Amino acid sequence: MRLILRIARRLGRLTLVLLCVGLVSFGLMMVSPVDPVDAYLGPKMAQVSPEQRALIAERWGFDAPPAVQFGHWLRQLVSGDLGWSHVYNQPVSEVIGQRFQRSIMLLGSAWLLAALLGFSLGVVAGAKEGSTLDNIISTYAYITASTPAFWLAILAVLLFSVTLGWTPTCCAGPTGTLSQDVTLATRLHHLILPIATLALLGIANVTLHTRARMLELMRSEVATHAFAQGASRIDVAWRHGLRHASLPAMTLAFASLGELFGGSILIEQVFAYPGLGQATVAAGLRSDVPLLLGIALFTALFVSVGNMIADSLYGVIDPRIQAGGL
Amino acid sequence: MSMAQPRLRALFSLGLTALLITGLIASQWLLGDSPQQMQFNARLAPPSVDHWLGTDTLGRELWARTLAGLALSFWVGCLAALLSTLIALSLAAIATLSARLDALVSLLIDTLLSVPHLILLMLIAFALGGGTQAVIIAVAVTHWPSLARVLRAELWQLRQAPYVRISRALGKSRWFVIHGHLLPHLVPHCLVGALLLFPHAILHEAALTFLGFGLSPSQPAIGVLLADAMRYLSGGYWWLGVFPGLGLLLMVLGFERLSTHLRRAL
Repeated sequence: MRLILRIARRLGRLTLVLLCVGLVSFGLMMVSPVDPVDAYLGPKMAQVSPEQRALIAERWGFDAPPAVQFGHWLRQLVSGDLGWSHVYNQPVSEVIGQRFQRSIMLLGSAWLLAALLGFSLGVVAGAKEGSTLDNIISTYAYITASTPAFWLAILAVLLFSVTLGWTPTCCAGPTGTLSQDVTLATRLHHLILPIATLALLGIANVTLHTRARMLELMRSEVATHAFAQGASRIDVAWRHGLRHASLPAMTLAFASLGELFGGSILIEQVFAYPGLGQATVAAGLRSDVPLLLGIALFTALFVSVGNMIADSLYGVIDPRIQAGGL
Repeated sequence: MSMAQPRLRALFSLGLTALLITGLIASQWLLGDSPQQMQFNARLAPPSVDHWLGTDTLGRELWARTLAGLALSFWVGCLAALLSTLIALSLAAIATLSARLDALVSLLIDTLLSVPHLILLMLIAFALGGGTQAVIIAVAVTHWPSLARVLRAELWQLRQAPYVRISRALGKSRWFVIHGHLLPHLVPHCLVGALLLFPHAILHEAALTFLGFGLSPSQPAIGVLLADAMRYLSGGYWWLGVFPGLGLLLMVLGFERLSTHLRRAL
């Protein structure tokens, strides 16, 4: 019963936050100097008379006060209609669906890779504090934590695609091939560099965090006791450290979904990978308001669910924390 | 020695960063408009003795442009971090006024944290129509939540502290309590918080500009330089892509180290 109550409260909070996200992003779109009719018409703007513009604005309800427009948008949203994207000439929900399918491969593999590698590196570095290995790993993590994501991607393209010619420079498949004809191997070949770059950036955070937890453990009484009984550092790291550090690492991995998504926008832009990130940039640059709003809401849902999982993980993995509740 | 070492380190990195920043600003004053000067006989020249970091497609010196970009980033980052700290401080103060306001502020924090930073930045820059001002505001408006949380917790704790309660019970004015007891505690937090924000601020400014939502393409910002470099990547003009990013990395790294040392020292 308490579990149901807790889940209900979480879902309530999620809905409230999403509503706020909708309100904030809708408000931002309203104050934007970009005229939605101009954005829709594009180059045909010059051929349209002021009377016709007024008609278009009236048909779409742009003459109504912002509150009415927001109510209208919200009603459509609840009925599952996110609007029409004029950049892709498709319903927004379809654009997001298709693009996310491509992005999820990139996001998912980079996320998993970053979490696993970051965790192992952090454990290794933390277990042998002050060793050469620790110094190398820490320095690496500090440097990548300060590296601009898109610059790393540019370097990767320069090195592996342009100089060495190992990987293609762009897109999700060879140009001129229909997307359904692209084989899995080709697809992976195109994805490998974006995944590696995105993962490389994500590793730093998890590593530094895990390392700090390991250091904490190595100085704890548990470790001292184990050492006194003759256990080696590796023993302690393996038997106690893994458990001690895995929970914060997992939480961090789920809580960093937003950052991961931000990184994927930049990396998709550099690699010209036609995913959700690239669609976001296109929507912003070409003033596709419905698509921009849809993506903002969708990513907010994605990130909020990640945060919720991060919060719940504590209770599931470590029963001692459960009593605390929300 | 062990007590002094973190402070020494902090002082050292503070001095080094200050020196570099002074150099950066002085170089802008000395360089004048050379970042924009075109040399049509030296287009896309590789790095050499004459052209230290090479030139771009219009024959403009890359080293001058990179320095100008870093200076731009520095100013934008400074303003944005300052504004962000002010927002964090005022919202933390508002949150401690009443339970209802506290709930409102934490809802606002949750809302901001649930949208990926970059998307929020794009939305705000879009709403403000792009440009330098838009970038500064966008970065300032998105980076305060973590600092606000720290300050809010600190404020709650301080309000319950015995000396603050005694001071109040003795009838000291609100202003006296804030000025005499609360601010001295909050200022170091704000300082470190602003320094911690700074690297994020410049990275996000560069990212936003790179995507085309930030500073105008006519300015020699790092994001603009790298976006330009993207067009010449497959031609093998590697210096265009490598150096501006390297400069940005070094600057961010410098400030990152400085804030870590300062946090340990304080």
